[in-house]
Amino acid sequence: MRRIISVLLENEPGALSRVVGLFSQRNYNIETLTVAPTEDSTLSRLTVTTTGSDKVIEQITKQLNKLIEVVKLVDLTEGAHIERELMLVKLKATGSQRAEIKRTVDIFRGQIVDVTSSVYTVQLAGDSDKLDGFIQAVGTAGVLEVVRSGVSGIARGEKVLSL
Amino acid sequence: MELLSGADMLIRSLQDEGIEYIYGYPGGAALHIYDALFRQDKVKHILVRHEQAAVHMADGYARATGKPGTVLVTSGPGATNTITGIATAFMDSIPMVVLCGQVASTLIGEDAFQETDMIGVSRPVVKHNLSVRHPEEIPEVIRKAYYIASTGRPGPVVVDIPKDMTTPNERFEYAFPKKVKLRSYNPAIRGHAGQIKKAVDMLLAARRPIIYAGGGVILGKASDQLTELVRMLGYPITNTLMGIGCYPATDKQHLGWLGMHGTYESNMAMHHSDLILCVGARFDDRVTNATEKFCPGARIVHIDIDPASISKTIDADVPIVGPVDAVLKEMIALVRESKARPDAEALSAWWKQIEEWRAFHGMRYENNPEVIKPQEVIETLWRLTNGDAFVASDVGQHQMFAAQYYKFDKPNRWINSGGLGTMGFGLPAAMGVKLTHPDDEVLCVTGEGSIQMNIQELSTCKQYNLPVKIINLNNQALGMVKQWQDMNYESRHSQSYMESLPDFIKLAEAYGHVGVRIDRKEDLEPKLKEVLAMKDKLVFVDIYVDRFEHVYPMQVARGSMKDMWLSKTERV
Ligand SMILES: Cc1ncc(C[n+]2csc(CCOP(=O)(O)OP(=O)(O)O)c2C)c(N)n1
Ligand SMILES: [Mg+2]
Repeated sequence: MRRIISVLLENEPGALSRVVGLFSQRNYNIETLTVAPTEDSTLSRLTVTTTGSDKVIEQITKQLNKLIEVVKLVDLTEGAHIERELMLVKLKATGSQRAEIKRTVDIFRGQIVDVTSSVYTVQLAGDSDKLDGFIQAVGTAGVLEVVRSGVSGIARGEKVLSL
Repeated sequence: MELLSGADMLIRSLQDEGIEYIYGYPGGAALHIYDALFRQDKVKHILVRHEQAAVHMADGYARATGKPGTVLVTSGPGATNTITGIATAFMDSIPMVVLCGQVASTLIGEDAFQETDMIGVSRPVVKHNLSVRHPEEIPEVIRKAYYIASTGRPGPVVVDIPKDMTTPNERFEYAFPKKVKLRSYNPAIRGHAGQIKKAVDMLLAARRPIIYAGGGVILGKASDQLTELVRMLGYPITNTLMGIGCYPATDKQHLGWLGMHGTYESNMAMHHSDLILCVGARFDDRVTNATEKFCPGARIVHIDIDPASISKTIDADVPIVGPVDAVLKEMIALVRESKARPDAEALSAWWKQIEEWRAFHGMRYENNPEVIKPQEVIETLWRLTNGDAFVASDVGQHQMFAAQYYKFDKPNRWINSGGLGTMGFGLPAAMGVKLTHPDDEVLCVTGEGSIQMNIQELSTCKQYNLPVKIINLNNQALGMVKQWQDMNYESRHSQSYMESLPDFIKLAEAYGHVGVRIDRKEDLEPKLKEVLAMKDKLVFVDIYVDRFEHVYPMQVARGSMKDMWLSKTERV
């Protein structure tokens, strides 16, 4: 099953390589990985999406917790949560395609953030399925370049991940 | 406040940490530190002949004393030479701190002379690693390193120290931190009371119970509590290779150790049990055999300080995360308070069954009037040393024979590389033990293959007068490899012979020690007696043993715990 694990990590050099190293060393999957400092400059927030049986996921969370620099973590998929990923896409946009793409972007609530005579650059945020859906809708033939941020997530409601 | 250079602060911190010995080897990036060492005499430095041996020495010291070992090496090759030793300690959860010189911080990343990214290289085989970024941090980093290495599930910690952190001409205020606090590291200090209660209820209701104890009992200094609980209950106990000595081996409740080369009765009792109380062990593949066939009728209570060890390979019905000594203490109190008692009838039937298994095999081997059997060498040593020696072993058949036929009644006396299986571990580990136990008998049981992996340490033994007794079970082959080839590759002995063995007697003498060769059966006991009488001499005893012997019992690959070879021809 796909899981989103969100980690508060000491904002120290080498901490990230320990997390990444753990995944490769123990043969765990990483589908996406995002990391950035938080409002508390001593902490980074790292989100990793992974797949595995319940047993593997349990080991992943335990092994992550064992890393000295991991302060706290939560498996967001265990409860209601919000998941977002940002995508920037360059699309071939000439002639009648331009209006068609504009319409699709509107339907997906994206924005065209840069324009040339033959290219639109589109920004889109949402869960991973929505981003996949957009690419499908515009058709891969017209896609020149895609960059995705990887998933960030947060629990719904009053639950917070903090110290 | 005192002003000290980074190097002096480092050594002062080691003093304040209570460190007695450093095992190491100097080089460019560590020279400021070596100079600071020279100008004091509290911390003693042992100069090895290869950095790997320094780590095994620190490891042997840690296993015998329960205190963290300390290693000091230079950058680059000095640091990379420690990796096998660090990985060995990591697999067996041995507390140690490895201090590595590093090129100056201004040179890092420039492929400077003897630059290696030791933080990166060591990462998968350490509990943690730290680098020094400012000389002022040194006392705190050292304090943290020892704290992390020796608390919770212990393990090796590497500290990387760029040369400019230790320059003599910059001085700083020295203060050794009284306490360490790490918001992200809080090992459990007691188990969950509800879980412990549940475990005790299950334990008392069991009809075919067995206690399965591991190295965690020794690391957690919980042998007394374990022994008390097991005796109170009257249940059978087995332990892992790493747990040897956690419960007296000569006691009748003890079934010997379990797993691949464990006793028949241990493996049978595990397989047929209805309740397994696992204390500080980790259901390693050398214990369980095929996990899907593991002990089909057993419910499992698992006590471990490391939550990640629980339900990793075998699911626990009652997991208890906590230090084994504290948890066992609570269990003892609960058993005492409880009105429930083990079902006497069920227990006596269980013991009757176990005694039948014990009588069926026990530990036996086929003796031979002509050749010296490796097993009889160990039995003889056990008798001659009153079962009270420290035995550091290398890796191979000799290791299994030593573990099977030397009956350890005390913890911390069986010193071996269980998890990584590192040939070359034995001699330096024995040296680490001998250094702090000069009056105890310290044996290194080895093979002609293993001993040659760190033979250069005979020179260190001379320098520091470390009269260990090296018992070389010379079968003129990489015996364990050969056994597997006999069993699985139709005796095609690919690269498992050691041709052109050195004359170990002359070799020992060249290093300034005594060499004794034993190749006749009738000489075995008298010569071993003579060897043991040479209290202040390192003696290299080269014993020509049966070249064709195999280690049994041996679990059948991919079988359950009860599927074993008991000899070359008997399979159950
Ligand atoms: C460093 C290392 N290399 C290879 C092995 C694989 N190995 C395990 S046992 C063994 C043979 C050991 O030979 P010896 O020391 O003579 O012991 P014996 O089995 O003959 O008693 C080998 C090569 C190992 N455990 N460690
Ligand atoms: Mg051999």
